[in-house]
Amino acid sequence: MSSTAAHWYDLFSRGARDWLRHNAKIREAVREQFPELVAGADVLTRPGSRTVRVPVRFLEHYRFRLRDTGTESGVGQGPAQPGDVFRRPGAPGSGEAGGEGGAGGGELEFVLEFQVDDIVDWMWEELKLPDLKPRLADSLEDDGVVREGWDKRGPMARLDRRRTLKEAIKRHAAQPDAPEGFSNEDLRFRQLAERKRPSTRAVVLFVIDVSASMDRERRKLAKAFFFWVLQGLRRRYTGVEVVFLAHTNEAWEFGEEEFFKATASGGTVASSAFRLAQRILDERYDPARYNAYLFYASDGDNFADDRNAAHDSLTELARCMNFMGFLETPQNHLESARSETGRLFRALEARGLPVGSYTVHKDADIWEAIRAFFQQQSAQAA
Amino acid sequence: MTVSDTSVQDGGLSQYRERIETLARRYGLDFYPVDFELVPKTFMMEVAVYGLPVRMPHWSFGVRYIYQYVQHRMGHSHIFEVVFPGNPNRAYLERGNSLSENTLVTAHVLGHADFSRNNALFARMQKEVGDRIVEQAAARAHQIEDAIRRHGQERVEAVLDAALALEQHIDLNQALRRPPYPEWLAPPETPAPTPFESRYGRLPGESGQAPPAPEPRRAPVPPQPEADLLWFIAHHAPELEDWARDIFLAVREESYYFYPVFACHIMNEGWASYWHARLLREADFLPQALYLEAIKAHSDVVRPYAGEDAVALTVNPYHLGFAIWEHVVERRGLATAFRIRAEEDDFGFIRNCLDEELAHKLKLFKYQHEQRGSRDERVVVGEAGIDELRETLLAPRFNYGAPRILAVEKGRDGSLSLRHDVASDRRGLDLARAEKVLQYIHRVWRRPVRLETVGPEGAPHTLSVG
Repeated sequence: MSSTAAHWYDLFSRGARDWLRHNAKIREAVREQFPELVAGADVLTRPGSRTVRVPVRFLEHYRFRLRDTGTESGVGQGPAQPGDVFRRPGAPGSGEAGGEGGAGGGELEFVLEFQVDDIVDWMWEELKLPDLKPRLADSLEDDGVVREGWDKRGPMARLDRRRTLKEAIKRHAAQPDAPEGFSNEDLRFRQLAERKRPSTRAVVLFVIDVSASMDRERRKLAKAFFFWVLQGLRRRYTGVEVVFLAHTNEAWEFGEEEFFKATASGGTVASSAFRLAQRILDERYDPARYNAYLFYASDGDNFADDRNAAHDSLTELARCMNFMGFLETPQNHLESARSETGRLFRALEARGLPVGSYTVHKDADIWEAIRAFFQQQSAQAA
Repeated sequence: MTVSDTSVQDGGLSQYRERIETLARRYGLDFYPVDFELVPKTFMMEVAVYGLPVRMPHWSFGVRYIYQYVQHRMGHSHIFEVVFPGNPNRAYLERGNSLSENTLVTAHVLGHADFSRNNALFARMQKEVGDRIVEQAAARAHQIEDAIRRHGQERVEAVLDAALALEQHIDLNQALRRPPYPEWLAPPETPAPTPFESRYGRLPGESGQAPPAPEPRRAPVPPQPEADLLWFIAHHAPELEDWARDIFLAVREESYYFYPVFACHIMNEGWASYWHARLLREADFLPQALYLEAIKAHSDVVRPYAGEDAVALTVNPYHLGFAIWEHVVERRGLATAFRIRAEEDDFGFIRNCLDEELAHKLKLFKYQHEQRGSRDERVVVGEAGIDELRETLLAPRFNYGAPRILAVEKGRDGSLSLRHDVASDRRGLDLARAEKVLQYIHRVWRRPVRLETVGPEGAPHTLSVG
């Protein structure tokens, strides 16, 4: 071996390779915690480059071991007398080399960073969620211009030189006596045609009931649901704008951060929020240019005297919406089927309007609700 | 003595090495040639972690590597040399060490080389695995990488998870290459007829027809409880594919190779330390400054962990082994020392050579580490006789440092029954970990797996997976 030659171990570390594999396994294991991670961060409207940092422990490769009895004996060295008591065992490191590399030592923790986009991709695989396709038949349309075919006449700016050259070569092959060069016969121009394109812009209205009965736990559920819905819609539309509304007996528009923190005392008048949503749509989002979605999270209570108002405003909204979803986080399990707002949405659904409702009691139900939503959407698109 | 000379590129180390080797032989050390190689620090760490220069890939090595790396960066760990016994031996020295350190390490390696050639346990295992284990392990590592390409990371990793988790579960009383179990039970011996039977066994006039031979019966699997779980799974798992069987057998073979290093740790390190000290002392050709520096490195290696007058709760094996060998040579002569290094392992070495006087001189004591809750822990120094002290030192080394687990039955449905030999340790297993190991096994055995052990109260407890 000459001193100049690089050895393979200068270029490649098996330890580092196996370490990376270990980290990959951890990443897989951490996937299970994603719902928690997502609920903890303001990830809804932030750009996709955001990351989530997760502290993790090393994986252990398990072996058969004797039970810990709480008292272990060992041999030490030094001027100690029988009966001496030490508080902490000092464990100096060892300079040992040999077959058994110790996996002992102190607890080490390290931090892994996850891209929010990666998390979303993984969840999509995990939940086997369908990718939404733009609905073509009844979807909104933008005007667009596409290239289509060639013509012998046209402005020089649209001259297709490649085509023209081909034509010239063909003509020379057919007429060997013809003079060299191009003739007007050879010219080919690109043609443009106007086409309708499905619109890729959407507005999503998230509406939450912030009356006292919606506690932290319920809002977390709502937030998780909103997050995944938004991710799904982002996959479908290139430009998604989000509007946050909260209501008690009146309704306000918020930014994302305040949205989940807002609490208010007061009654529950859902129609206030629906009317505000309608106004925002009318003022800012032309229904002819935007796909519109509305999601409403509530525990299902609504004042009885608001019943007719809520019904009318919701029906009106439904006409200019692609879809309206109702996420119900009921106070107790038995109530779920009979809540005021729940009945309202189900009535609309029965009339064939694009409306769905989902009942969620605990974290695990979120996935069912999300899957139900996306499957319903892809079924409608098909 | 042939050493590949060009492999050590250094200022003068190879020249000292030859003279140290000559000196060692004059003292009666007897070793196979040693291939020295100077390597970077990172490679030393890897070799210490994997146990072999090129070994199968597995994520658990990555964890050990990072521990080693952190220890190293914090300055707790310094690996001077790694030597792989064989013919030739392969020794790796750290490129960044000083000339004096590497001179010391060269002498140290010769001590290991002598030990591994002459110690009975090393010699037996060497005979089993052959003397080219480094090359074999590398070839198998490549085979496994190939298997990963063909069968996918997940599947190969599942097999390695199980095989490496059972690394210590071999039967050292069996040869590496074992014959298969007998397929049929030996027919029961028909006892010779007594005089009475031969006279009255038949009625008068009855023809002398022998009773029909009993039907041969299939031998149970295993015929007796089997401690070699790696071998048992390799040969009796219901649906193990060939490449997976190869992995189990590879882990098993490497485990045979590692056992002597494990079982002679104190002796072997002590022996090498004794000889590097002695050879350097006698090497009058070394410059004075280099000698002093080397001896300083020596005393760093063989000092007690906490220093002379402090209390440490672990014993430095280099220190303990070195002290015992000095004691043996001083009291019983060099010839006896050579005999002991040939015949014993750590069990015999500690029990026969660590006497009361030495234990007192080394200030060894036994302690109880009591843990009640995560915060409340204390260490109480106890009174212990020399026998108790020896056994406490040796306790972690029994049965390759693992609880005894036996395969007791392969059921008709292919299920696997394991039994923890509670009598050998009078303690239950760590049930959570045992369950995880059963899950590893289940993934390759692919039939239900159960394990009998005892629970925390000492009552029988059965874990089952699948």
